Amino acid sequence: MTTSLETDLCGTRLRNPTMLASGVMGETGDSLLRVAEAGAGAAVTKSIGLEPRKGYPNPTLVELDDGYINAMGLPGPGIEAFGEEMSVALKGGIPIIASLFAAIPEDFVTLAVRMQEYGASAIELNLSCPHAKGYGMEVGVDPEAVANIVMHVKAAIDIPLWAKLTPNTHRLLDVARAVEGAGGDAIVAVNTVKAMAISVEARRPVLFNRTGGLSGPAIKAVGLRCVYELYEAVDIPIIGVGGAETSRDVLEYLMAGARAVQIGSGVGRKGLGVFQAACGGLIRYLEENGFSSPSDIVGVAHVQ
Amino acid sequence: MFSKAVKIEQRVEEGKGITTLRFPMDAKVRPGQFVMVWIPGVDEIPMSVSFIGALAGITVKEVGEATRALSSLKEGDVLGVRGPYGNGWHLPPGRVLCVGGGVGMAPIMTAAEGIADRTRVDVAIGARNAGEIIFEERARRASDDVRTTTDDGSYGLKGTVVALADQMMKVKRYDVVLGCGPEIMNRYLLKACKDNSVPCQLSLERLMKCGAGLCGSCVIDGLRVCADGPVFTGEQVERMTEFGRWKRDDAGLRVSL
Repeated sequence: MTTSLETDLCGTRLRNPTMLASGVMGETGDSLLRVAEAGAGAAVTKSIGLEPRKGYPNPTLVELDDGYINAMGLPGPGIEAFGEEMSVALKGGIPIIASLFAAIPEDFVTLAVRMQEYGASAIELNLSCPHAKGYGMEVGVDPEAVANIVMHVKAAIDIPLWAKLTPNTHRLLDVARAVEGAGGDAIVAVNTVKAMAISVEARRPVLFNRTGGLSGPAIKAVGLRCVYELYEAVDIPIIGVGGAETSRDVLEYLMAGARAVQIGSGVGRKGLGVFQAACGGLIRYLEENGFSSPSDIVGVAHVQ
Repeated sequence: MFSKAVKIEQRVEEGKGITTLRFPMDAKVRPGQFVMVWIPGVDEIPMSVSFIGALAGITVKEVGEATRALSSLKEGDVLGVRGPYGNGWHLPPGRVLCVGGGVGMAPIMTAAEGIADRTRVDVAIGARNAGEIIFEERARRASDDVRTTTDDGSYGLKGTVVALADQMMKVKRYDVVLGCGPEIMNRYLLKACKDNSVPCQLSLERLMKCGAGLCGSCVIDGLRVCADGPVFTGEQVERMTEFGRWKRDDAGLRVSL
């Protein structure tokens, strides 16, 4: 039996089930190209909005033993300038997924249509950034608002539509069902966990924005729980994200019910070799246990 | 690591608008690495480590709000420091020519001091004028051959430090050149090294946010100055299409240098 890491995600073919998470090294075409060279199965861009946006002043990052807290504030060059970056990124030969942020459905539609023109393989709606006023999580915790956005965008594009959700709500499953009901093709879970760091010496929060999003191994257990619950709540594919940086982490997410796994903080903590290392361990595990594909173990942790 | 609060133990005025702040630091630093320095309520910026050891140091030139705030700090004031970050210099055996322009001398000086044998390291210091020449005495303690230039001729030779380095390369045989300064200096230094067939390493600078290899704001082509650099080989720099021409602004838009 030959074992392959090839993964099908709503019609998008990935050479392996790892992909770059949004927000890390995804602001320029050349960075995305390097991620492709490093072995990721796909790469998600930095979240792009209508206009150029500077983001917050520093400090925008706090480094912890087991993760990061960031409040970048959605910096980005805007949709117009991003066309050039996309054309460079596509040379990497892997699917490029366009992450988008906006406040209203009409703007999401404008952005999604442009990204489809630029050659994106799928759209990932950022309904979950915890630190940008008026965007992300602020629109992503209301199932009706989310359904409305998904419905509008879905009607305007031909490529798959993913929704990246926040764990900072007790309504995660309701929001996911709203995505599915409105025609969304996949759920990406989870974005960062809203968090804070305080400096005792300075007697103030460290981040300029005061609060930020916690990522890395610190939130893996939260991500796994969310994916596990989502797997039982919806039928559309789930893409796991949150603290994965080894093949074991990827296996845990697959077993919880994810078809693919995004890696973000792991790029900072382990370096760009994180994708190849995770894939190497993954294929060894599959071979040793007689599986032919990652899809064979998706959701196996849902024991009776 | 969490930004660690450190108390400034020494403050030294090195030149006109150029100040060194010394503080205790436990983490081991390699020559050419940098730290992210937090001035609470103002900003957090990358700074080359200019002094390595138990009493580490940074050397700051006033160019904007954050550097002005840093320069105005006094002994006893508290700073946040995280790091060190970046790759640092690769110090090979053989003869080394260290070339620093202005506060670019900060990482250059730690490289020169990182080479124990003073007969195999030479230092070329350049600045716009006499007031901005820094670390000359320090360099003389680390090297037998230290030369200075100023753009206006107010100290040392009149001319650019690249012209001086070019002359030195024509007279002496070097195995590697280490350079840090404004991008235009780095660009001409790269060319001079190529003309003289001497390999070089250059420490580069870009707008930096996270400092830890995540956000991608400091990329030149696909390379992150914070995590893949800040020191790049001459071959790497030659392949960079953006070097000497473009940088990225806060929004990640490409703008002319």
